[in-house]
Amino acid sequence: MIPVCRLEDLPAGDSVRLDTTPPVAVFNADGELYAIDDTCSHQDASLSEGWLEGCLIECPLHAASFDLRTGRPTCLPARRPVRTHQVYVEDGVIHVLVASATGATGDGDASAAGKGSAA
Amino acid sequence: MRAVIVVGASLAGLYAARELRAQGFDGRLVVIGAEPHPPYDRPPLSKSFLTGTADEDRLALADEEETAELAAEWLLGTRVRALDARGRTVVLDDGRTVTGDGVVIATGAAARRLPGPPLAGVHTVRTLDDARALRADLTRGPQRVVVIGGGFIGAETASSCAVLGHDVTVVEAAPLPLAAQLGPQMASVCAGLHARGGVALLTGVGVAGLRGAAGRSVTAVELADGRLLPADVVVVGIGAIPNTQWLAGSPLAVDDGILCDDGCVTTLPQVVAVGDVARVGGARAEHWTSATEQPRAAVRNLLAGHTVESAHSLPYFWSDQYGSRIQFAGHRTSGDIARIVEGSSADPGGDPTAGARGGGLLAVYERAGRTTAALAIDCARPFMKARRGLAADRAAELAGV
Ligand SMILES: Cc1cc2nc3c(=O)[nH]c(=O)nc-3n(C[C@H](O)[C@H](O)[C@H](O)COP(=O)(O)OP(=O)(O)OC[C@H]3O[C@@H](n4cnc5c(N)ncnc54)[C@H](O)[C@@H]3O)c2cc1C
Ligand code: FES
Repeated sequence: MIPVCRLEDLPAGDSVRLDTTPPVAVFNADGELYAIDDTCSHQDASLSEGWLEGCLIECPLHAASFDLRTGRPTCLPARRPVRTHQVYVEDGVIHVLVASATGATGDGDASAAGKGSAA
Repeated sequence: MRAVIVVGASLAGLYAARELRAQGFDGRLVVIGAEPHPPYDRPPLSKSFLTGTADEDRLALADEEETAELAAEWLLGTRVRALDARGRTVVLDDGRTVTGDGVVIATGAAARRLPGPPLAGVHTVRTLDDARALRADLTRGPQRVVVIGGGFIGAETASSCAVLGHDVTVVEAAPLPLAAQLGPQMASVCAGLHARGGVALLTGVGVAGLRGAAGRSVTAVELADGRLLPADVVVVGIGAIPNTQWLAGSPLAVDDGILCDDGCVTTLPQVVAVGDVARVGGARAEHWTSATEQPRAAVRNLLAGHTVESAHSLPYFWSDQYGSRIQFAGHRTSGDIARIVEGSSADPGGDPTAGARGGGLLAVYERAGRTTAALAIDCARPFMKARRGLAADRAAELAGV
């Protein structure tokens, strides 16, 4: 489990990027917390810098959109999912449990991305 | 409509094929492309593909499953050489013909070349084959690389060559590269990125010619002021010309691109044009996003038989150079004033040797108190907000008139 920040430091509509390998993005979507791989599965943009609307995050580079609940893209140009991770709040601090951190490359590697989100 | 022909099997052609199926066209779909490769993505050719961080399989635009779902007949490695007077039949290079009742033209553009006999070591960067050849030359140990042209593709290629450890010089005829696109103030900020990447930038001087014996390798680039720049590899990045030669003699109007209305419809209602080859509503864009957005309206209008939807979206492009990401959106015209609203121009990209990016910057362009465009260097999140604002303004403006 990786501590992220205090709950009050991630207000609704905001996101934060963890410099893990691969990097992980944590979002507060209208009060629900989600964590996914930060690197877009299309090319190499950082999804934490994207546009958050409801449960969808739009990539800042070519506007692929991902469902934060499943990591699946909802439109082109992304075709592969990003991994999703579990988020917990403990004593007011947000934590992320990164799914199978080993073996992932974070560059949108197809096998790593597919495995995580299927779980 | 029972059969549609898509001419050009790259980004815009593939998106047109997708739109045709998505919008319910279930007839015969023939996609014809001059290159032997299935549709691939060009932007990485000057970036991650050149530096070797992305392989060819990462360039593919459609996977097998999607290709199968499109249920198209692919004629790859096949150039179209003419369109008949009724705009329904295309003639292939080998004389065969294909007839449909709708045609989507997506033939893109070709890299402009320098006059003179071909010399080994001289490259353009437009196609996968171009990039493969350049990559092969760059893997033969350290080289002296001269990039002719400081536009986006020239700058990206120079950056990639520098990353690979080559000795790189960029030659730009204008006093400042990219000034026409970005305006002088922001163009000079971008020009500063070359120095940061260890690349020499020579501006305000044209190229007189290339040195090297005919049929042999290039040895130097001769500048208009008489200077000689020794070179083992030369990259010519002086723009692209829309691929319209094959339309000579057709009824379509052509003037630096195929003339179309706001909905990508040509002078013939059953022929639409999309992507780099199309001059839509008076403007031709050479951007990835236009090539992916125009097909939606173009296909709708093609299937409707006349223009029911405009393809006017907000122009947007990005470029990756020297570890920085440049993003631009909107309609800048000369005289618009650029104002930096986030970060500073002092060091927008940070120090690449330290592996760190600077804080980035966001600039907005203004004219008569209105925002016309936005430019960001490593400032994706604020840029997205600005871009959305511009798109909303544009939509309101279009709805209002
Ligand atoms: C190296 C490079 C880097 C780029 N980087 C960026 C970037 O960072 N950001 C950005 O926004 N844009 C970028 N672009 C621009 C973007 O790639 C283009 O706007 C896009 O490829 C246009 O797509 P298109 O399908 O209209 O044309 P093209 O991609 O040019 O495809 C046209 C296709 O039609 C085929 N064709 C031509 N004539 C015929 C014929 N007579 N018969 C059959 N087939 C024919 C061609 O062989 C080609 O395959 C870059 C382009 C290049 C070359
Ligand atoms: S990098 Fe995210 S859509 Fe292209």
